[in-house]
Amino acid sequence: MGNGGLIIMSNKFIGKSVKRVEDKRFITGKGRYTDDINLPGMTHAYILRSPYAHARIKSIDTSAAAAMQGVVTIMTGDEVGHYGVPCGWQVNFKNGDIMKEPPHPLLVKDKVRHVGDAVAMVVAESREIAQDAAEAIVVDYEVLPAITDASKAVEAGAPLVHDDVPNNICFDWEIGNPKAEVDEAMASAAHVTTLEFVNQRVSPNAMEPRSYIGHYDGVYDKYTLYTSTQNPHLIRLLMCAFVLGLPEHKVRVVGPDVGGGFGSKIYHYTEEALVTLAAKKTGRPVKWTETRSEAFLTDAHGRDHVTKAEMGFDGDGKIVGLRIKTFANLGAYLSTFSTAVPTYLHGTLLQGLYTTPKIHLDMTCVFTNTTAVDAYRGAGRPEATYLLERLLDLSALEMGVNPTELRLKNFIPAFDGVTQPGYQTNVALQYDSGNYHGVLHRGLEMLGYEDFRKAQKEAAASGKLLGVGFSTYIEACGIAPSAVVGSLGARAGLYEVGQVRVQPTGKVSVFTGAHSHGQGHETTFAQVVADRLGIPMEDVDIIHGDSDTVAFGMGTYGSRSLAVGGSAIMKSLDKIIEKGAKIAAHKLECSPDDIEFVDGKFTVKGTDKSLGFGDIALTAYVPHVYPANLEPGLDFSSFYDPTNFTYPFGCHIAVVEVDKETGATKVKRFIAVDDVGNVINPMIVDGQIHGGLAQGIGQALLEGVEFDGNGQIINGSYMDYAMPRADDLPMFELDRQVTPCPHNPLGVKGAGEAGCIGSTPAVVNAVIDALWSAGHQVKDIRMPLTSERVWSAMQS
Amino acid sequence: MPKITVTVNGTQRTHDVEGRLLLVHYLRDVLGLTGTHVGCDTSSCGACTIHLDGHAVKSCSMLAAQADGATITTIEGLASGDELHPLQVGFKEEHGLQCGFCTPGMIMCAADLLKRNPNPTEQEIREGLEGNICRCTGYHNIVRAVQHAAVAP
Amino acid sequence: MIPQAVDYKRAGSVSEAISLLAENPDSKILAGGHSLIPAMKLRLNSPSLLIDIARIPELRYIEVRDGGVAIGAASTHHDIISNADVQSRYGVMIEAGELIGDTQVRNVGTLGGSIAHADPSADWPAALIALNASIKVEGPNGARELSASEFFLGFFYTALEEGEIVTEVVLPAPAAGSRSVYRKFMQPASRFAIVGCAASVTIDGGTITDATVAFTGVSADGAFLDEAVGAALVGKSASLETIEAAANAAAEGVELNEDHYASKTYRKHLAKVYAKRALVGACGL
Repeated sequence: MGNGGLIIMSNKFIGKSVKRVEDKRFITGKGRYTDDINLPGMTHAYILRSPYAHARIKSIDTSAAAAMQGVVTIMTGDEVGHYGVPCGWQVNFKNGDIMKEPPHPLLVKDKVRHVGDAVAMVVAESREIAQDAAEAIVVDYEVLPAITDASKAVEAGAPLVHDDVPNNICFDWEIGNPKAEVDEAMASAAHVTTLEFVNQRVSPNAMEPRSYIGHYDGVYDKYTLYTSTQNPHLIRLLMCAFVLGLPEHKVRVVGPDVGGGFGSKIYHYTEEALVTLAAKKTGRPVKWTETRSEAFLTDAHGRDHVTKAEMGFDGDGKIVGLRIKTFANLGAYLSTFSTAVPTYLHGTLLQGLYTTPKIHLDMTCVFTNTTAVDAYRGAGRPEATYLLERLLDLSALEMGVNPTELRLKNFIPAFDGVTQPGYQTNVALQYDSGNYHGVLHRGLEMLGYEDFRKAQKEAAASGKLLGVGFSTYIEACGIAPSAVVGSLGARAGLYEVGQVRVQPTGKVSVFTGAHSHGQGHETTFAQVVADRLGIPMEDVDIIHGDSDTVAFGMGTYGSRSLAVGGSAIMKSLDKIIEKGAKIAAHKLECSPDDIEFVDGKFTVKGTDKSLGFGDIALTAYVPHVYPANLEPGLDFSSFYDPTNFTYPFGCHIAVVEVDKETGATKVKRFIAVDDVGNVINPMIVDGQIHGGLAQGIGQALLEGVEFDGNGQIINGSYMDYAMPRADDLPMFELDRQVTPCPHNPLGVKGAGEAGCIGSTPAVVNAVIDALWSAGHQVKDIRMPLTSERVWSAMQS
Repeated sequence: MPKITVTVNGTQRTHDVEGRLLLVHYLRDVLGLTGTHVGCDTSSCGACTIHLDGHAVKSCSMLAAQADGATITTIEGLASGDELHPLQVGFKEEHGLQCGFCTPGMIMCAADLLKRNPNPTEQEIREGLEGNICRCTGYHNIVRAVQHAAVAP
Repeated sequence: MIPQAVDYKRAGSVSEAISLLAENPDSKILAGGHSLIPAMKLRLNSPSLLIDIARIPELRYIEVRDGGVAIGAASTHHDIISNADVQSRYGVMIEAGELIGDTQVRNVGTLGGSIAHADPSADWPAALIALNASIKVEGPNGARELSASEFFLGFFYTALEEGEIVTEVVLPAPAAGSRSVYRKFMQPASRFAIVGCAASVTIDGGTITDATVAFTGVSADGAFLDEAVGAALVGKSASLETIEAAANAAAEGVELNEDHYASKTYRKHLAKVYAKRALVGACGL
């Protein structure tokens, strides 16, 4: 392995923009999302949620609701409050103590801790009756003061979200060089850029609201959960082993078509366990589908860091040190991976693309009376990139130098990870391969830096404010080597499973533990399999999302599907070919070593004697003329556990125009040169980048969950929470560089998050640049950069 | 309980419905046409867009009763038999969809746009789709999908 | 999101609608429903009966009358902006109408529904005030006609009396040399107006002879006629200098709206900027 290229197979499909095979059902309205599924006798659940961010429950009276016609059952914390959902990643305090891990009950019976905390569930004959009955439940609350800001929640006297968690601190944590060494480096710096900022909380807003159906079949004592999830097997494992104590072999979890995730559908949510319990209790299927309003209150949010960051430079503009203090808001409860996001997925990326010799991050992770925070597209890496790239552009402005030259001066030199070793950072990771100068140079060519500066001056003369912002990012994806993440506190392995079943007729069914919710696996994976086996793509079916058909899987997040899941499939393909060669050798009367497999044919090297893939498949299942000691059949399953993360990187450049009179900002150009390693389907990779850019630009300019002093979300609907619409964005200008990943068989790195990771600081930097060009030397504008915030910055 | 008669994708249907039944729930739950989706509560996202008497409307903000007597086309009825509508082709050819959830509404809205303006500019397409949110594509390929359909014969 | 149980009746005529309204004290008129139904889904509004007037033929028309245009209350936003008689007369109606909601909303939402709802950030009220439109309402005690300024009284508050419905809006014939425009600064999520400025200006020989400027979104009390701006224009030459001075007088002395997208200070500033932009357009500069 590790050839870093694609010489292993015919390239009929790989590298081509093959149109997606899954599209047909979606464009004709035949996609099957969870809420589209209706089972005979199905009931409907509605969850009564707390209207308060922090309150003691004095009493719950369900009697009137229970008496309503059509109500099947009502559950409260008294019945199921002893069940709770777990956190999947343990992080320890600096002093070695284990993080505080308060329970997250399915339904709360004592104290609600955020608006939307679940208090009761009504199951009824219809959605309408369930909601009507829930409104008839009387809950007597004693309202308590609420805290929503992580940096203030740690102060003495702040309300305690969990009575037994002092100062609301889940844990504190650090990474990098010893603090004293960093302090010393900063003290010696010729220039220190200081930036205090908030990386604001955002709501993921996958367009499909979460939806679950619980089903229990008493005849077979079997549970089925249909769930809009990114990882059905993981949900089954968590729900069976850590929540309900159900026998895993009696539980089937199906993730059918899923309408986007962006991280928010990774986690095991309380409602998944609730519908499962209710299905057993009532003996009828139970469906729950959230409303968008509920999604704002209960889907895990992203980001929410309050940070002070300082970057020191020597007299030549070389970075000498980076010192950071951050408070990360975890919300009221620990979500499945929430503790990993501000630590191992964030602190480990603070090297960026730079040779910074001394780095220290001091992180405090805090409970507040808010919705849980967990991974959202990029998960920790966007926050790291934002911090670094804002500092780089701001430093260039403060020092009066060209921001791109400042970067070039500090970039890690190119390395391929094969003939040259990986790059060991000061924050634990070892980068696999990189050519950072390359992407910046290409981005600058596309931009025309000098031309832009000229245009900026000319525009200023005619009353327009233009600005350019840069972001050269790196991320760690292809998550992840199990031993590494295990040593860092993960409570699960992060391998993937790929099974290839060649049918007797030579058709191929591939079972993957990855889950597609927009990524196009049914196409991309089929391209890989078809090329490896030399067969038409139509002969390959990619099956995912059902724990009864797919052996196991860890799911899709962290841009891991192709790098890890694709590699698992590759391993199985190798086994198929190896066995096929034995069968072919037997039939062609030669040694298996003399067989080569090219273009779907097993050929005796140097001869024209060959057998087609279909012949071998049939022989494997009709083994009349067959090697002794070889099992019939052609079906292999493999687990692939990566040896390292993968490290995509790139250069994002935003050009913005700011309306001087109103502060309104428009992205005029967005250039993205990304290096995501080898590319199987350029069309799909471009699409992934486009979507990531939109979300990253959205965070910069439009998106942000805002709380009032009582812990109410003040913009919890699409009437108030702004996200990019078609007319908010330009056509994107993309290009690609390819530095293959040296440690997986496809040489791929991952493209799902790159756009979102790189783009946010580019946009903010561009607005800051525009303002400096007009003499407003502001360091920061709080995201999202609403028109008023930009306008206010220009008034100072 | 109001009785409604509607023609949906060419077939006349009559049902007694609750006054409060939303048109989108009528289509999804009563008629089983689940291609029309619900993405928000506030008539903001456009996932529920259908054609009512030839115009794109948001079926989550209408009662089924309001549609009595109307002719409705949903995404399931857009193609002519096996022949896809040019927009369906455009979305596939230009990778105008990823998770597919917003797609039916996006296509139905774009169909209304192209009916009024067969050759829209990029800006007109973007403005024409302002009532539909896509979280996957960044709209880049949706714009190209509509352009693809606009130039289709 | 499901409304509470509600009865539904489709009225066949205006008089039937008025009778139903009178007979059912807890009923509401339903036209396009694009404000009412979302509110009912959120259970902010739970009438016991909806009286649908959207299909009453006598309420859906657009016709030229005395050089102006009369618009039936059940005309959709799309009906209005695609009507040639409106297009040729009232730039402000086209520009405002095109910025209401989105295509789908404009296909269903109605003029009468919008103005009866009187959302303080809605676009039509400012346009109607700037055009000095009159609004016909009809109720159990007969029909009456109000000027737009008289009709819009405040925050979701109009001069409609109990049991009355809006039946028609009459836009007066535009004066020779007049031009009307609408400029809007949108809230980025809902796309309602943070500031919407409708201006109608009549110029005779380079001198402004008449000017009405109305705002929506700016005031917590809803759309209003900004008389100070108009007064600062009339009799002056249609120059940038005149406009800037007049725009600077905008939104003074009003109870300003505020939300997390725009503070009072910023809104007031935007009102002046958008007054200027609207007037530049209306004066053809």
